[in-house]
Amino acid sequence: MNAPATAPPRPVGLWRRLLSDRAAAAALGLLALLALASALSPFLVSQNPYDPAQLDVLDAEIPPLWSEGGVSRFPLGTDAQGRDMLSAMLFGTGISLTIGLLAVAIQAVLGVSIGLAAGYVGGRLDGLLMRIADIQLSLSTLMVAIIALAIFQTLFGAENFGRLAVPLLVVVIGVAEWPQFARTVRGSVLAERAKDYVLAAEAMGLAPLHIVWRHILPNVASSIIVVATLQVASAVMAEAALSFLGLGMPVSQPSLGALIRAGFDLIFSGVWWITMLPSLVLIALILSINLIGDFLRDALNPRLDRAR
Amino acid sequence: MVVISLIGFAVKASLGDPARELTGEAASAVEREALRARLGLDDPLSLQYARFLAAAAHGDLGASYVFKRPALEVILSKFPATFELVLSAALIVALFSLPAGLYCALRPRGLLARAIMGLSVLGISVPIFLTGIFAITLFSVELGLLPSFGRGQTVTLGPWETSFLTADGLAHLLLPAVTLSSIMLPLFIRLVRGEMLDVLDQDFIRTAWAKGLPPWRVWISHGLRNAAIPLVTLGGLQFGTLLAYTILTETVFQWPGMGFLFLDAVNRADVPLIIAYMMVVGVIFVTVNTIVDVLYVLIDPRVSLGVRAR
Repeated sequence: MNAPATAPPRPVGLWRRLLSDRAAAAALGLLALLALASALSPFLVSQNPYDPAQLDVLDAEIPPLWSEGGVSRFPLGTDAQGRDMLSAMLFGTGISLTIGLLAVAIQAVLGVSIGLAAGYVGGRLDGLLMRIADIQLSLSTLMVAIIALAIFQTLFGAENFGRLAVPLLVVVIGVAEWPQFARTVRGSVLAERAKDYVLAAEAMGLAPLHIVWRHILPNVASSIIVVATLQVASAVMAEAALSFLGLGMPVSQPSLGALIRAGFDLIFSGVWWITMLPSLVLIALILSINLIGDFLRDALNPRLDRAR
Repeated sequence: MVVISLIGFAVKASLGDPARELTGEAASAVEREALRARLGLDDPLSLQYARFLAAAAHGDLGASYVFKRPALEVILSKFPATFELVLSAALIVALFSLPAGLYCALRPRGLLARAIMGLSVLGISVPIFLTGIFAITLFSVELGLLPSFGRGQTVTLGPWETSFLTADGLAHLLLPAVTLSSIMLPLFIRLVRGEMLDVLDQDFIRTAWAKGLPPWRVWISHGLRNAAIPLVTLGGLQFGTLLAYTILTETVFQWPGMGFLFLDAVNRADVPLIIAYMMVVGVIFVTVNTIVDVLYVLIDPRVSLGVRAR
């Protein structure tokens, strides 16, 4: 079988290019550090920030070590419930990343299947699916998520909602953003399906599903990787925004967004660290993922919306 | 609109027990039952449904449980605040993104252009509520220059309360409006730049230069006009997101607009208010999309709305 005319860059070359791009390499290092620290957080921290029994209200609102009144037991201070900020932030980063990755996994499965179907089958199915995608996109993820979660919260009551927050956030963010994948994949499929190797496979009488799965999908993989990376950043941001509005993770199990929300009430009384420290981590997280996504987009060069 | 109204009914039918929310834990079962009867919550679902449909057709979405006034009226009384916030943010975006994007397209390798593009990556990566929090911390808490919450002094013009006419109102408006625009600005700068780079590369631009037109005419009349269609499309597409960001901005700055009210309604399980908000947003949405379609025709004479003038 013919290899496609434009072979995607080999992974080894990509890796070397990433390390030679200073911004992307720094972003990757930062992201790896954050991910590793949050993955290992159960072994790193002095207390479990989600276990109320380990919290002491007498320890509440202790400033970080370098400020006046800081104590060495809580190097980054404590929040209003006496939670060690370092522990809470590491756990929160883990939650944010987990929700982001799982939500993007749902988006990818939905969006890639729909995009492949729309692009390969074409015709009326394509028209219908893309119309649905357009409507969903124009409604905006965040708006859909806010309204959906608001309804769930009223439905379940705040307490039950808190217990279900992780799966709900994953599903809502996951379902709301599938058009991003579907549109990109469809565009790539349309470009691929006119190429010789697809025509050859069709001439050999291979089943459509086989052609799509084994021949087209590997050749649109690079655009899927780019979209997936950028989508993780936007999913993390969406989770933080929803938690900040009180429609996400509960205060007893704070993600970065929920910590920022909890600290925001105290910001006027000079308690800056509960808000500012998680904010910095959140920005570092999103910025590093975005920078890697930008690098991958330039390196793999698939056709994408220019606005992103 | 139909879909939204259907969701609205479904939500109303399935949502929790507002009687309990209202009376609180202390109220006796008898009191609760009396309230339920008064609100008509004991009637069969189909009857409640029919009543809701009929009332909605008259613009009556039920009385807010908390405010004891028609929900639609409560929502619409907050509309001016949100509208002025969105309008100010849109003005800021338009005023800054066009020159900045143009400049970046004309001098893509210039130091300033690269600085703007670098900042725009940062701008996209900072969630809007953090921009708001940082702005409050710097300008209100540290420097004490600008107020951090509310609308300040407003002037009432008939049914419309405006903060455009007093210095205090404008001072209150500044931080929220800049915050709201900060998230859209990078997106539009990047788009203006990208579209202009594409357009300036085309043959008719070369023709325009060859005709000896002054640079600003080539850039504005020929270039920008042809780059405008994707801009308007993006504007229309981003509108839903803008509404969502408005909720976030209003929350950070306690801006007494519709989004702030909506979240309050969610916390108090004020179902009619939640539904009314969804309906109003739906109407705004349809209106904006219609305006976008009309703008297409104004910008590009080749597009017609299906009606031929001649």
